[in-house]
Amino acid sequence: MLRVEPRREASPALTWATPVLAVVLTIVTGFFLFLLLGVDPLAALYAMFVSPLASVYGLSELCLKATPLILCATGLAIGFRAGVWNIGAEGQLILGAIFGGGIGLFWSPALGPLALPVMCLFGVLGGMLWAAIPAFLKTRLGVNEILTSLMLTYVAVLVLSTLVYGPWKDPQGYGFPQTQFFTDISPWTEIPLLLPETRLHWGFALTLLIVAGAWLFVTRSLVGFQVRVIGLAPDAAAFAGFSRTRIIWLTMLLSGGLAGLAGLLEVAGPIGQIVPTISPGYGFTAIIVAFLGRLHPLGLVAAGFLMALSFIGGENAQVEASLPQATTGVFQGLLLFWVLACDFLARYRIRLAQPAVGRAVP
Amino acid sequence: MSTTILVASLLTIIGAATPLLLAALGELVAERSGVLNLGVEGMMLAGAVTGFAATMLTGSGTVGVIAAAVAGMAMALLFGVLTLSLLSNQVATGLALTIFGVGLSALVGSGFVGSPVAPLPKLALPGLSQLPIVGPVLFGQDFLVYLSWAMTAAVAWFLTRTRPGMILRAVGESHEAAHAIGYPVIRIRYLAVLFGGLMAGLAGAFLSLSYTPMWVEDMSAGRGWIALALVVFAAWRPWRALIGAYLFGGVTIIQLHAQTSGIINVPAQVMSMLPYLATIAVLVAISAGPWRGRLNAPACLGVPFRPAT
Repeated sequence: MLRVEPRREASPALTWATPVLAVVLTIVTGFFLFLLLGVDPLAALYAMFVSPLASVYGLSELCLKATPLILCATGLAIGFRAGVWNIGAEGQLILGAIFGGGIGLFWSPALGPLALPVMCLFGVLGGMLWAAIPAFLKTRLGVNEILTSLMLTYVAVLVLSTLVYGPWKDPQGYGFPQTQFFTDISPWTEIPLLLPETRLHWGFALTLLIVAGAWLFVTRSLVGFQVRVIGLAPDAAAFAGFSRTRIIWLTMLLSGGLAGLAGLLEVAGPIGQIVPTISPGYGFTAIIVAFLGRLHPLGLVAAGFLMALSFIGGENAQVEASLPQATTGVFQGLLLFWVLACDFLARYRIRLAQPAVGRAVP
Repeated sequence: MSTTILVASLLTIIGAATPLLLAALGELVAERSGVLNLGVEGMMLAGAVTGFAATMLTGSGTVGVIAAAVAGMAMALLFGVLTLSLLSNQVATGLALTIFGVGLSALVGSGFVGSPVAPLPKLALPGLSQLPIVGPVLFGQDFLVYLSWAMTAAVAWFLTRTRPGMILRAVGESHEAAHAIGYPVIRIRYLAVLFGGLMAGLAGAFLSLSYTPMWVEDMSAGRGWIALALVVFAAWRPWRALIGAYLFGGVTIIQLHAQTSGIINVPAQVMSMLPYLATIAVLVAISAGPWRGRLNAPACLGVPFRPAT
């Protein structure tokens, strides 16, 4: 008979080994799933996970796709640490694109060389605005933030669609639901490229800087400490006089702002205009990224790349192995399942049943 | 408004409300046992695609409905193993279940897109279905609609009038106490979660076999999430879930009618926001309004339990 007992502290080695184990298990599961569906598993897995990495352009696309994922996940992870469940990053990302993109469309000629920084600023503000609604409802009225932030995502999609099909539609766009290109309005709206001949822009470098800042914030600052305590031991935090309201506002605005920035970087960067679909679900995938990266800024950079690979791999599998784009979601779901399942190993010890002498069981 | 239009509107409201009611009843029972499963959308889609595929392959709607229920339960079992046996975070696991369900249903269903099936037969009650207005609306529906009404009564009766129902509620209110008395907390929660999967699977079957008898990728279109909100709206009470489902169904249909009739001159997207905004408004009203004290959320909702033996 096996018995399970909690570890006093999660095993540090296993905490970092389990995500790797989870990736391996996901690929094994995917192998059998493809086999079951009558798809050549080796060809499909090769198309999804290997061939996108075989060129410089492929690698630059990987960094490009990882940018919004890492940005959103950085903010979300800090909230999750405090037990604040913002799952509406997708909507906040869209609002960031609308606010920042709106500046690009209407004010960029007046702003001159300041256009891009102001667009970024409004991107952040747009995301914050959308996150402020669940934060307000949560702190003032006690409304569950999971449902409100999620419902607002659907509203955000419709706001975007209203604008792009309506007043913001490019009159010279042959009736397509899209705005003008920002660079046609002002050259100062362009994000400089990091690597020539690719689409990778400086937003990627900015993202890495932000991650480093977030790491310092969580590990070195008093507020970061409060965030961790509120998440781990709410009673202790209340006893110490940490304001839960303040932390909810802070983490919601931070995650919303970063998601908004991610949205602006998408429309001002690779897309170049506002279109009805800005994101293939980056805001939702970022939740997986945050968990896979153990809510740790450095871990979620690695996780962000892995998830970016699943997006590119999904597109690639569509072309090379004629699988639906949705295969991406299957792998993302599987991966999160395995991460959560393997977590058990890090938090609990499994041993043969024998009387545990002198061991405190909390 | 002529009788035919009235009957047609009422029928469409029932169509929009039934999947919400089925899924919400299942989730309500799971939450009453203390488990928050955010994977309703994923389980619904798994049910929708499996029900559709099974109906197409066997030609039998009955087989399709059963297959959908089994698919929903299989998804719920996955959730149960992770959250109840492996004590994973319920919020994250539920999200994973939805992402997985959306992806898997699209992958499995890619071969079925665009093929039609015969919708589930309408079971007209002899005599009663001939009545004007009430007849076709209340007595000319398919099996799943009748089931959604019957299940509302059954769940209400089970939770308040039966011993197992009270034990289930006790587990949701205080798993420590229930465990101390000797009730198998984990097993009861497994059963509640599986029931949630079954009902979400049936909701999916209703979508792909009755409401719009075909398979379209992501065809639940957020209904699983609205069902989750409905449970809160209903303050975890089955009859209120029924009222809520019909209110939400009504909002959806009014919005569609307003669009086609052109009475209200606003962009279609603004009208489409209504169900989501209504959900938020309702959440605000029940959390902050005069009903605040009567919210009665299960005390152990979302809290993992491990017997300390």
